[in-house]
Amino acid sequence: MAEHYSSFNRGTWRWFLQRVTAVFLIGALAFHFVMLHFVNHAASITFAGTEARMGGILYFTLMMTFLVTAAFHGINGVYNALVNMGLKGTQKKAVAAILVVAGIALIVQGTRVAIAMSPMF
Amino acid sequence: MSQSYDRGTVESFGRWREFSAGMWAWIFHKLTGWILVGYLFTHIAVLSTAIGVDPGSAAVADGTDFYTSTLQGLEELLIVRFLEVGLLAVAVFHIMNGIRLLFVDLGIGLTSQDKSFYASLVLTGAITVASIPTFLAGVL
Repeated sequence: MAEHYSSFNRGTWRWFLQRVTAVFLIGALAFHFVMLHFVNHAASITFAGTEARMGGILYFTLMMTFLVTAAFHGINGVYNALVNMGLKGTQKKAVAAILVVAGIALIVQGTRVAIAMSPMF
Repeated sequence: MSQSYDRGTVESFGRWREFSAGMWAWIFHKLTGWILVGYLFTHIAVLSTAIGVDPGSAAVADGTDFYTSTLQGLEELLIVRFLEVGLLAVAVFHIMNGIRLLFVDLGIGLTSQDKSFYASLVLTGAITVASIPTFLAGVL
């Protein structure tokens, strides 16, 4: 009989989404690093260059999906880590509410940044 | 059927000598996750300098706009380059161990989960060391 080592409650939608976003993020994070540190060196990044990349619908959509999935994966990961450390009751609900607000704020601000960078808007 | 595994309280670092490879993998995954989510907020904050930049301005044309000068100013700092190498190491380990965890969740390779953790560490080290010249180019 196999033991599994996940700290998550199996069978919940958050458990499933954490893994679906993980699969996407493996590719997206690796692509992001290669694109902005190796193909384009970080020290050479300019607004004009960023705007040119963000002008492509495919790249823009990829970056927006990257933002949303990374925000969910990170915030949900933090919540799971805190629950695993023994967070319970009212504290658990308060932390969940704070994390949801922080996650929404991150996505809203990230979207504002993406729109500012893209010539499509 | 799966069974839950009682790790006890991981924060009891006093018993670190008893930790197995899987326990270290779990601790490193958690630590790198905390760093990555913290960096995500910082990253969006820095990129927010793009808000308000006029794409048609002379500043954008000659690369002196707020966004470009902020990013290039940060890149001139040696400490930032070293932090970027550290961030790459953190991201690569989280990706490598994340792939390992997906296989563990699928029940694949459970008997060699310790070996796959060591492989994650070795690959992380190799990729990080290989990337150092690229990350430090222009400041050393």
